[in-house]
Amino acid sequence: MVKLPPMDYAAIMPLLILFGAACLGVLIEAFVPRRARNITQLLFSLAAVIAAMVFVVKRAGNVTAANAITAGGAITIDKAALFLQGSLLVLAFVSLLIFGERTLEQGGAFVAQAAVTVGSEKDKEQAAKSLGSTEVYPLALFSLAGMLLFVAANDLLTMFVALEVFSLPLYLLCALARRKRLLSQEAALKYFLLGAYASAFFLFGVALVYGYAKAVDFASIHTAAAVGAGNITLLITGLGLLAIGLLFKVAAAPFHVWTPDVYQGAPTPVTAFMAACTKAAAFGGLIRVLYVGFDGLGWQFTPVLGAIAALTVMVGAVLAVTQTDLKRLLAYSSVANAGYLLIGVLAGGQLGLQSVLFYLVAYGLTVIAAFALITLVRDADGEATHLSRWAGLGARSPLFAGIFTFLLLAFAGIPLTSGFMAKLSVFGAAVDGGQTWLVIFGVISSIILAFPYLRVVVMMWLSEPGESTPSVSLPGVLTSTALGVGTIATLVLGVAPGLLLDLADKAAAFIR
Amino acid sequence: MSLSAYVPIVGLFALAGAFGLFSVAAAPFIGPRRFNRAKLDAYECGIEPTPQPIGGGRFPVKFYLTAMLFIVFDIEIIFLYPWAVSFNMLGVFGFVEMVIFIITVFIAYTYVWRRGGLDWD
Repeated sequence: MVKLPPMDYAAIMPLLILFGAACLGVLIEAFVPRRARNITQLLFSLAAVIAAMVFVVKRAGNVTAANAITAGGAITIDKAALFLQGSLLVLAFVSLLIFGERTLEQGGAFVAQAAVTVGSEKDKEQAAKSLGSTEVYPLALFSLAGMLLFVAANDLLTMFVALEVFSLPLYLLCALARRKRLLSQEAALKYFLLGAYASAFFLFGVALVYGYAKAVDFASIHTAAAVGAGNITLLITGLGLLAIGLLFKVAAAPFHVWTPDVYQGAPTPVTAFMAACTKAAAFGGLIRVLYVGFDGLGWQFTPVLGAIAALTVMVGAVLAVTQTDLKRLLAYSSVANAGYLLIGVLAGGQLGLQSVLFYLVAYGLTVIAAFALITLVRDADGEATHLSRWAGLGARSPLFAGIFTFLLLAFAGIPLTSGFMAKLSVFGAAVDGGQTWLVIFGVISSIILAFPYLRVVVMMWLSEPGESTPSVSLPGVLTSTALGVGTIATLVLGVAPGLLLDLADKAAAFIR
Repeated sequence: MSLSAYVPIVGLFALAGAFGLFSVAAAPFIGPRRFNRAKLDAYECGIEPTPQPIGGGRFPVKFYLTAMLFIVFDIEIIFLYPWAVSFNMLGVFGFVEMVIFIITVFIAYTYVWRRGGLDWD
């Protein structure tokens, strides 16, 4: 008889709930009539996310060093993992609201049959009339469950499986836009090919690290790295390959090239989900690998990752200046933000960890609100994302132009927004951790990046609305809620960040 | 670790390579030659592809769907087989896990069935 590993079901309950709900979601697709599917799926997914959240919160009360590692050493549910899981659930909840929006466009943002030839009669018919596919909800839940597992993985193989579980549904989701379907399909193909390539790097890294440490769990890797016996090149090469896989997911330069195309082509609700949740999950995995697995190396890799962080903030900022499409602009801004987060990661220690955790939540909520607003500005062909189309929007719709201005200022890091507090904590931690050179790059990049943001603001308010200025659709309850939550959170976290910072501080502890 | 442990493997590789080269080189001289049309077909690759229309042409997605469904169940068998072999070792826990696995595949199957993936026309 094989001896069974002990399973702490209370600890992995959020994972089980989400995977179970995703499976049931597939059954809902099979049996619920088409008309009722969207509302059923939406309510069911939201309920599943809330249920998972309840178990995360319940668990947060009684985490100890003794009960954190479970499932035969495959999963660590420590405080950092719970914080990340909680943030992922909150961000996913808000994104799912935008998924469910049906008032802006008949049938929502998703195509009903992705196999219909683009531009054919049937395609025009589906764009105008059909109900959108509702498979997006189970797909999003599968992806979310993978993310929750990813940030809690205690060995590299579990991490790889989680990486695939959360990536594969995302590739599909990217291809499901109702309009501009060629762009959407291109985005999905590019994301899939490059993502598969990055996964291969990750896997090769796992093999090399195993070759050195003779184990794949983080505690053993840490011990082996700290002892430093044998051929350390193997370990460092392995870490490098692992880092490529992870840096691809966080969209750090030079592994960021997929970001603008995918963010632009994917349906905007999916872009919001990716920009917030994938980033949080990927950084969650990255900090676990660096802080738990490779801490024993004594942070020798800081100069290399620092160079990548410096490159990322500069590339993101400079290329954002040249963009003429809002979704691409936000994509490059997300690249730059990955760089700021990386600076926080390299700050090291409790403070660095706390700043990264805070940043992920603050940025995620702001970016979801920004993409929610992009879904509102539309013309006959769907969303009007070209920058020139937004000229004069302030006169058309002062409220929404005002909200977007506020969100852009938050991205730029103006005081009284969460963006300011997030950058302050990350840069503060980096100075504290002796990485002042990275902070200099970060500040220069922030200044450059303020330019494209302000250009959008100036265009919205100081240009006259012309013939081509699209109207701003009034959002339904769902998008309004998502937009409201994101905007208010951006304000609250900027004015009174104490509560979340404290929470992040308490959570900034890994258990090996 | 010394590399001498690999000498037999290198020898095996050399032997295999030599056998392949010898067979190919010797075949034209010793083999009989009798004409048969089938010999000129693509080897074991199914039916001859018909000439494609300009631009690659389109073919029904049904074939792709069937192939994909086949793979799903194929993978299931591959996963079930080692479990069946070591059933006694894995006990009740293994049985429950396997049932859960089969349920997930069954859910996918139900989805395919209800959404018309099994209808040919």
